Amino acid sequence: MYTTELDKKAADSRVVEVGIDDPQQLARFEARVAADDFIEPNDWMPETYRKTLVRQMSQHAHSEIVGMLPEGNWLTRAPSLSRKAILLAKIQDEAGHGLYLYCAAETLGVSREQMIDALHDGSAKYSTIFNYPTLNWADIGAIGWLVDGAAIMNQVPLQRTSYGPYARAMVRICKEESFHQRQGFELMMHMVNGTPDQREMAQDALNRFWWPSLMMFGPPDDKSPNTERSMRWRIKRDTNDDLRQKFVDATVPQAELLGLTVPDPNLRWNEERGHYDFSPIDWEEFYAVVRGEGPVAQERMQARRKAWDDGAWVREAAASYETKHASARIAA
Amino acid sequence: MDKALFEYLLRLGDDSLVLAQRLCEWSSRAPTLEVDLSLSNLGLDLVGQAQLLLGYAGEVEGQGRDEDRLAYHRDAEEYRNCLLVEQPNGDFAQTMARHFLFSIYRELLLDELVGSSDTRLAEIAAKAVKETRYHAELASDWVIRLGDGTEESHRRMQDGLDWFWRFVDEMFAVDEVERVLIERGIAVDPAVTREAFDARVTQVVKSATLEVKPSTWPQTGGRQGNHTEHLSTMLAEMQVLPRRYPEATW
Repeated sequence: MYTTELDKKAADSRVVEVGIDDPQQLARFEARVAADDFIEPNDWMPETYRKTLVRQMSQHAHSEIVGMLPEGNWLTRAPSLSRKAILLAKIQDEAGHGLYLYCAAETLGVSREQMIDALHDGSAKYSTIFNYPTLNWADIGAIGWLVDGAAIMNQVPLQRTSYGPYARAMVRICKEESFHQRQGFELMMHMVNGTPDQREMAQDALNRFWWPSLMMFGPPDDKSPNTERSMRWRIKRDTNDDLRQKFVDATVPQAELLGLTVPDPNLRWNEERGHYDFSPIDWEEFYAVVRGEGPVAQERMQARRKAWDDGAWVREAAASYETKHASARIAA
Repeated sequence: MDKALFEYLLRLGDDSLVLAQRLCEWSSRAPTLEVDLSLSNLGLDLVGQAQLLLGYAGEVEGQGRDEDRLAYHRDAEEYRNCLLVEQPNGDFAQTMARHFLFSIYRELLLDELVGSSDTRLAEIAAKAVKETRYHAELASDWVIRLGDGTEESHRRMQDGLDWFWRFVDEMFAVDEVERVLIERGIAVDPAVTREAFDARVTQVVKSATLEVKPSTWPQTGGRQGNHTEHLSTMLAEMQVLPRRYPEATW
């Protein structure tokens, strides 16, 4: 799963200041990036590039980790053994994605502990979508279909992002996300072909997840202050609005195939544009969720902090054991 | 119907399923991401084993019950798992103590079941024993690391072992159902593995600077459907959807 770049300050449109870099190095860097060269950890890079990447990659990693929670909510209630195995494996994939991404971000000189601290103290962000609750079993299908579907729209271009370790992590992640998306759609298909109760669950899940899924692509382009520079640096390859439109265009026919109604009375195909038109997004809600005021934002952070705090003694014990036995090995 | 074999397969399958369900409760709650990943691996192995064993149990019964029917539509008193696996997770040390005791018992049992005269069961055992060997290793490593870690982890690990020790004897008890199958060469007499179990446990516990407290009165009854209070609560959660919507398939 993915978070678009959610600058804490995005709501008031302040642009991150570009630091003063050596003009020659900067020119060389920009030329390499423009030629689609990968930037590697030991290469020179502008400080703003490094900071933007740390923010984006850590937000992405946090989104994977926090995203385990809404799905975990149904793991103990998965209604068949194979659904339980699939969901457990999917959540495990997300933990794995978080791990690669934290490792990839560490190549930029920030530690996993620092990133996790930033998540826990609220200074780092994660995808707004995970601050919505999962209320029925079909939500597990809707997350795979819509949320992972939106993630793929965002992530496929990131396989060609300019920072090598991030791009390579994305190759593997995209393969798994595409599997997640298909299993989500398959689960939805099963629900709509099931009993009337199951069809109702599926429609209810779409009703609740549709708008938050569109919000996953981030603020509109005219309110996305860093987009231009991020695109020049190939940290980002498409604008938020372009990706959002692409998602709507791909997803509406899938909803039709499922026989579900997209909760937007203004949704219609625009022959002239060659795209679906849709209602304006409630950006007030989006910014509230970004500020950490989403429906279950506090519960999500409480759960993450509790897991971390409860595990502190285990991490200390493992470190202490390693130290003891490393010195024993050296002595021997 | 081979009633004894059906019963035996439920015992094996329910052990896997109930422990898998407990491990699912750890998802997103582990001390590190790496531990979260490894607990999910253990859970996935166990769900897979439950599917094979309960699926086979359903075939042996011949009443049209598949793995899901058996998992989701039996009440606690129809479950045949040992009491150890249904015990709540507690802290990470308790979870590891439970996994350590169960996996060593189970690895030794499966090792023997590979030679079962029931070929299907022998095949399932051959697959499961590899997984279980890894479970026993992983849990043993944690018992050692926590036992020989800090003062706090030592205390918690010792408490975890002490807490679960009363459930060990049940895993090695043999009743009439198993006696019949042992005579037919299908089931394994767990008594033959007890010595190896004690030796393995003692060795790990010693490396962990811990100790095994002398046995108290053993708690038993799971194999006959007399469970602790925890199982029905667990099943109420696990089974809620199939019980609420019996017409649905998922």
